[in-house]
Amino acid sequence: MIEKLKQTMEQAGKEMDEAASLAEAEALRVRYLGKKGVVTEILRGMGKLDPEERKTLGQAANAARGELEERLNAKMEAFRLQEKQAGLASQTIDVTEPGIAMPPGARHVLSIATDEIIRVFAGMGFSVSEGPEVDTVFNNFDALNAPKNHPSRDMTDTFYISDDVLLRTQTSPVQIRTLLSQKPPIKIIAPGRCFRCDTPDATHSPMFQQVEGLAVDEGIAMSDLKGVLDRFAKSLFGSDARTRFRPHHFPFTEPSAEMDVSCFKCGGAGCRVCKDTGWIEILGCGMVHPNVLAVGGVDTERYTGFAFGMGVERIAMLKYEIDDIRLMYENDIRFIRQFL
Amino acid sequence: MLVPVSWLKAYTELDVPMDVFCERMVMSGSNIEAVEEKGAEFENVRIGRVLRVEPHPNADRLVVVYVDVGTDEPVQICTGAPNVVEGAFVPVALDGSRIPGPLHGQEKVEGGVVLKAGELRGVLSNGMLCDFSELGFADSVIPVKYRDGIWIIDGEYEPGSDLVKTLGLDETVIEFEITPNRPDCLSMVGMAREAAAVFGHRLRMPETDCVRVSDELSSDHIKISIENPELCRRYAGRVVKDVRIGASPWWLQHRLMSAGMRPINNIVDITNYVMLEYGQPIHAFDLRHIRGGEIRVSTAANGEKFTTLDGQERTMTGDMLMIRDAEGSIAIAGVMGGLDSEIRSDTSTILVESANFSGDSVRQTSKKLGLRTEASSRFEKGIDPNLAGQACDRVCHLIEQLGAGTVLSGTVDVYPSPRLPVPCDIRPERIARIIGIDLSEEEIESYLNALEMTTEHADGKLRVTPPTVRQDLTAEIDYVEEVARMHGYDRLPMTMPKSNVESLRTQRQMIRDEAKTVLAGQGVNEIQTYSFVSPKSVDRIGLAPEDPAKRFVQLLNPLGEDTSVMRTVLLPNMLDVFVRNTSRSVEAMRAYELGNTFLSEASAEASDSGLPCERESLCIAVFGEDESFFTLKGIIEQVLAVLGVGPLDFEAESRAAAYHPGRCARISCGGKLLGLMGQVNPAVQETYDLARPVYAAELSFEDVYCLVDLEKKYRPLPKYPAMKRDFALVVTEEVRVADIEREIRAQAGELLESVQLFDIYRGGQVPKGSKSIAFSLTYRAGDRTLKEAEVNEINERVLTALKQKHRAVLREM
Repeated sequence: MIEKLKQTMEQAGKEMDEAASLAEAEALRVRYLGKKGVVTEILRGMGKLDPEERKTLGQAANAARGELEERLNAKMEAFRLQEKQAGLASQTIDVTEPGIAMPPGARHVLSIATDEIIRVFAGMGFSVSEGPEVDTVFNNFDALNAPKNHPSRDMTDTFYISDDVLLRTQTSPVQIRTLLSQKPPIKIIAPGRCFRCDTPDATHSPMFQQVEGLAVDEGIAMSDLKGVLDRFAKSLFGSDARTRFRPHHFPFTEPSAEMDVSCFKCGGAGCRVCKDTGWIEILGCGMVHPNVLAVGGVDTERYTGFAFGMGVERIAMLKYEIDDIRLMYENDIRFIRQFL
Repeated sequence: MLVPVSWLKAYTELDVPMDVFCERMVMSGSNIEAVEEKGAEFENVRIGRVLRVEPHPNADRLVVVYVDVGTDEPVQICTGAPNVVEGAFVPVALDGSRIPGPLHGQEKVEGGVVLKAGELRGVLSNGMLCDFSELGFADSVIPVKYRDGIWIIDGEYEPGSDLVKTLGLDETVIEFEITPNRPDCLSMVGMAREAAAVFGHRLRMPETDCVRVSDELSSDHIKISIENPELCRRYAGRVVKDVRIGASPWWLQHRLMSAGMRPINNIVDITNYVMLEYGQPIHAFDLRHIRGGEIRVSTAANGEKFTTLDGQERTMTGDMLMIRDAEGSIAIAGVMGGLDSEIRSDTSTILVESANFSGDSVRQTSKKLGLRTEASSRFEKGIDPNLAGQACDRVCHLIEQLGAGTVLSGTVDVYPSPRLPVPCDIRPERIARIIGIDLSEEEIESYLNALEMTTEHADGKLRVTPPTVRQDLTAEIDYVEEVARMHGYDRLPMTMPKSNVESLRTQRQMIRDEAKTVLAGQGVNEIQTYSFVSPKSVDRIGLAPEDPAKRFVQLLNPLGEDTSVMRTVLLPNMLDVFVRNTSRSVEAMRAYELGNTFLSEASAEASDSGLPCERESLCIAVFGEDESFFTLKGIIEQVLAVLGVGPLDFEAESRAAAYHPGRCARISCGGKLLGLMGQVNPAVQETYDLARPVYAAELSFEDVYCLVDLEKKYRPLPKYPAMKRDFALVVTEEVRVADIEREIRAQAGELLESVQLFDIYRGGQVPKGSKSIAFSLTYRAGDRTLKEAEVNEINERVLTALKQKHRAVLREM
């Protein structure tokens, strides 16, 4: 019997070495260790033996079974691992295939530019105010100290709804609305659509957008205007940007100025963008004219203020190097998505 | 305003380099649009003398000329110029010379054109005889007689001398931007006054004296009266006899041309010259045609006919100011002279008119007649009446200087109430408060004195008296600006306001921002379209004639019909954008516009000002292979969910013309209608020529604002487990999902936490005309773990009710 066990073990060991798959190993387990397996049969046959022999054989057989089991398990574990790896390998993907996504929508470039301007001024304590696109002649011109015969009032310049109502030509009427409804200190910016009788071309649009600003308080001086707008320019165009303030004329401010920013293309050396001047005009500004403050009942001896206004299209065109204003209102989706 | 630098130098020193000059002028308030160095594009252009003119052997319209350009041999040149004659002095560009150009029929090239010798129809041409246009003069300033021929230079010159140097063509012309408050700067003297102040020089006024005046008096020839002194503040007239009409000398012609005016003849040129010099329009009448030796300034007779010197007969109204003689009108005051009294080549005695007319009156007359002239536009802007006398004398001085006539003694000057300078008191501390720094009184005075203002101290204030040309200075604040600009804005410090004000955003701004963020997350792109549209735009989306969206706010003066009314809905613009994109081969897109619509009914808050009602609207539209009613619905649900607007009801709507009758829904919340959504009606789609269905929605954002709830509050997370029951039901198509959901909620009661529809199936597995709808129900109690049995019981109740009410058959899952 011992001999037979030995032979069986040898045979099993050989077959195990030859087993090439999990299935073959499983078949071996059944053949040798199963209910009707060879080793089981041997153990079962032991009943006929005398106790001494049975003990020796029993120990040998159990040891052999244990060894066989252990080897089989190890073998099967190896096969399982192999199979798992093969399974993963079969799931290999091409990692260079494109990602799957819901691309986000883009904001309009004018919204982006407006938001950025608002963000800068909000950081300096300005709140956003709004007013209607259709406003009164009083708010748009009279209250803003525009002379009765100012050319901008002509029907060749301004769209009228009636003698007293027009499409606002600037967001400055929001200044008036604010002065009429709030008491100083006032610090607002007013973004919005404006309209002028310009035939569309690369640099003109009958509808355009402005951001207007107004600050009224005790002790506001022109040096504050310079400080605020210089910080704005540096926020928008980079900390290297320099500003210069040139005297100009607007009916609603005095002293009035235009602000230029050093050309961000050439740094001030002179190029096509700045027409060789080194400077780019960005906005108009000035100290609020006492006549305008008086409309809102502001004590002009106690309070002073500054105001400024800029074209959003112009800022966007400069910042993003857009060469035609009409692109902004054409809404070609390929244009809009460039500013995602 | 074009200012030739050599002309400016006649009135003030200019002793700094040009770039420094320009920089300081700009920084003191005289903004510069352009600086043109006229000589920069010339190289080796000479004055030649035509020796011989011979026919061209091969071309009738060409001649061969031999020109003395100072070299040993004359130069042979072929030219087509019709006016070339032997003995004439002409501009000659030789082989290798550079001229500004453009050459005939060509575009202007930056830097000019270099000429090459060549053959013209088989004959060698070693250069070119130039016309004014080739030498860089604009067509609008070229003397009429040289428009179609080369420039025959008046006078005698050394052949071969440099054209540019000899005739001063190397002029620098500065184009100043003059703001409407400074009409006094629309003149050479005015600009010189600014330059003198900036650079600390003195202003030299032009010479006005006549030295060889006749003994005759102007007043012997003319009587002047003003009947409407409110419209004519001053009228000065002086008579010149023995007038010899001819060409002006080159220096005068060249100054006019450089300043943008065309030379005509000596008398007209002098009047224009003085207008540019002082800013005072001058008119010259032929005295022969002033009947009765009398000038009367008075308004026209209503309906009066008058022929202006451009040959047009015009009809006058009673408020228009005219210049009349004893018998009738001879000029429209400040606008244009009459044809009959125009200066002609045989004119021998003239009346020089230098008058001051009311700007408002001239503006109205000019506007009514549709006739705007250099004179009228200057009067409109306002002119100092004190200039009229000087300007009149200056014209006479130049006439005498040029030998164009004999000036008579005395001026007939009607000036009933002379303008006196108006002093203004200013406070140095007020200046400091506005500009942000303290300036000493001496500094302030020096700036004002430089601008020809006198200053004196009075009660701690400074009394300033400006020259009368500065009509823009009326109040203290005006002088603050003068001081600030003369000191230099660039020398003011940069400070930050001391006030501490917080930046706030309104609820509307926050909501708008939130909505835009969610829309972006849903892949929807923002567009912005014009607020004004064509009234036909709403017809294209099929709105009925009585639709309130057809009651437009109309523009009185639109650019065209396409932009003649304010929009009442956003959809037509949105569809236009889709058309534009599809025509550019865009195959799928999602877009929204959040903007104002305008209703002609006055809004409650704005009713007293007569303003229309402006309401914000949100239009969303999608198209593309993967889009459907439900992708759009999903977007709307997400946006409104984030804004806390809900629950939403979507009810079928079959009568909205813009939408497919079977694929349109009214969107409402708590009974408030927010708007419509649906597939754009195929008929509308066809009108717009769109190849694919578009799904669109338009919501009243004003109403959304009212319903928004952005408040967030923590709710405890559930402590007890939930129990799920999934089932699929087969129902006929008539049964709506919303009906089943409503029934489920009604039957399940409060233990039902949520109902989720997770699948809809139509096809072979269910009968035709039916659909399978799969729901997942979640049950949960807040205070205990639910028992299987009680959930099963509720679920059975739900299914039984659905079977009874909607014939819903449970489907094997």
